[in-house]
Amino acid sequence: MKANSYKNQPDENGHFGPYGGRYVAETLMPLILQVEEAWNAAKADQSFWDEFEELARDYIGRPSPLYFAKSTTEHCAKGNKGAKIYFKRDELNHTGAHKINHCIGQVLLARRMGKTRIIAETGAGQHGVATATVCALFDIPCVIFMGTTDIERQAPNVFRMKLLGAEVRAVESGSGTLKDAMNEALRDWVTNVHDTYYLIGTVAGPHPYPAMVRDFQSVIGKELREQMMEREGRLPDSLVACIGGGSNAMGLFHPFLDDADIKLIGVEAGGHGVDTDEHAASLTGGSPGVLHGMQSYFLQDSDGQIQEAHSISAGLDYPGIGPEHAWLFDEKRVEYVSVTDDEALEAFQLCTKLEGIIPALEPSHAFAHVLKIAPDLPKDHILVMNMCGRGDKDIFTVAEKLGVKI
Amino acid sequence: MSRIEKIFAALERPALITFITAGDPDYETSVEILLQLPEGGADIIELGMPFSDPMADGPVIQAASQRALAADGDMKQTLKMVQQFRGKNDETPIVLMGYFNPVMVYGVQQFAQDATASGVDGVILVDLPPEEDGELQEAAKENGLDIIRLITPTTDEQRLKTLLNGASGFLYYVSITGVTGAAKADMSKLKPHIEQIKKHTDLPIAIGFGIKTPDDAVQMGQIGDGVVVGSAIVQTIANTDKNEAAQAVTAQVKALSEGL
Repeated sequence: MKANSYKNQPDENGHFGPYGGRYVAETLMPLILQVEEAWNAAKADQSFWDEFEELARDYIGRPSPLYFAKSTTEHCAKGNKGAKIYFKRDELNHTGAHKINHCIGQVLLARRMGKTRIIAETGAGQHGVATATVCALFDIPCVIFMGTTDIERQAPNVFRMKLLGAEVRAVESGSGTLKDAMNEALRDWVTNVHDTYYLIGTVAGPHPYPAMVRDFQSVIGKELREQMMEREGRLPDSLVACIGGGSNAMGLFHPFLDDADIKLIGVEAGGHGVDTDEHAASLTGGSPGVLHGMQSYFLQDSDGQIQEAHSISAGLDYPGIGPEHAWLFDEKRVEYVSVTDDEALEAFQLCTKLEGIIPALEPSHAFAHVLKIAPDLPKDHILVMNMCGRGDKDIFTVAEKLGVKI
Repeated sequence: MSRIEKIFAALERPALITFITAGDPDYETSVEILLQLPEGGADIIELGMPFSDPMADGPVIQAASQRALAADGDMKQTLKMVQQFRGKNDETPIVLMGYFNPVMVYGVQQFAQDATASGVDGVILVDLPPEEDGELQEAAKENGLDIIRLITPTTDEQRLKTLLNGASGFLYYVSITGVTGAAKADMSKLKPHIEQIKKHTDLPIAIGFGIKTPDDAVQMGQIGDGVVVGSAIVQTIANTDKNEAAQAVTAQVKALSEGL
């Protein structure tokens, strides 16, 4: 049976269909329930949103522009076909990605809860930088957990976090990437449960995080609705976003879930290909399981052991996905596809040359998919891609892949 | 009476509960250690189900999981170990401890059936709170498997009611806010909390996390009905040549047991 609305999830225990929930150590349960209570109170408090909106405007620089990508549109035009392509420019946010949206929201919540220390995990370092930024702004001590592999490939962001006053703790366990950083953050949280707030960096983790992070990120989709009505006098026909944990995609999609005619496409990181062992496509290449406080889709073997993800993009290098995406995948409301490392790398270069915008490797995945589908869409088809992060942090990775020494 | 009930009824001292990870460092060695634990004086055995992402565990037990997985450990092998143990020992209760994902992927129904058939007495899943364990509760009840709940320093009276509803076998009191193998608990805070819990339940209370030496065990045994030693034993396995691991563990368990 089809749901009456896709927007009234999760239920009171944080379930999106069978996904989501709260799968955490008992020590954390009382705290998780407190976070939920505090979030419910904040959500209903206009003064909380006034503060959020003021910072979104004056500190983040919202609303982010809606940009008509003329050169990309012309590049994709083929005879009487080719979609009209827009970018939602969340890479222009302060700190260079959409992550700052939920960091501002969560730090305000942590302050309401009287927490005096903040921890976070990071993959690409964008969430770590955004967390360190809001902690600097509010003068709260902050510890960022980051895998050793990621520290190596995202050196500029590590330095940024340190400049901002954060302590960056290297995580050596497992593959030294995002999943291991999250394990270590959870271990820290269970140890420092009394004074610490865990500022989770995506629409994942135990309830209420997936719903809360989505609600903060929904500013993206809400702005887009207004901007598009103003610009084109109608809503777009399709939306495209990349997906690691899924926060930028959820923020873009959520305000449009009940617009049945609007096609929503999530682009997972296909690494060396979903048919190989080296990718990060949890939906198109994984199966249901439980990890990091939630039931969702994960890359795992037949014994339920979580597999290491692989992606050229550190931000997408996670073997799981937010539970709401898992549910939308089962419900077939959102189409999920994947793009390989090579395709993303090519798209990265093309976007830079065509638009004069250096995209992060994460939205380069979304851009690669746009390049695949736009030429076959009708001329009056309006497609919006979320440019969720800028690529300054990725130039070293890209140079290395291209065999350039800098 | 279940094996767990029998052992608590028969003991005149706190129960010594020992933890090892199944298949650490390999299947043969692990079976040998398991078989000798009761000889050393273990009253109940917690057998860890290896998992790739043990986020409630400290470095010692994380490493044990990795050794077991590297030696091809999996759920089937863990259950086979219990079966083999039961061939020689029908008294010592075995409680499986670990994370929910391998159980979910195995199939909750199938797990409850196969675990019981193999001779498992109870199960502790550290990341499966009562809010999410409905399916397992039902399957466990059908098969006579105990669900052992964790009580922690953050458990208040209201939460305690939620935890006690559906708990059986014994209660596992996590004595610190932290991961396994971390610092020892503060007795002055522990004692009043345990006394408080005792007012609400007749289930035995075992105290775990941070208990490493015979002295620690004696001290915790004064307020608990059982003490759990995990990381200290697992560390011995890590430090010892595998041909001598069973012997070393047995000696360590004997020392722990004699103090109690």
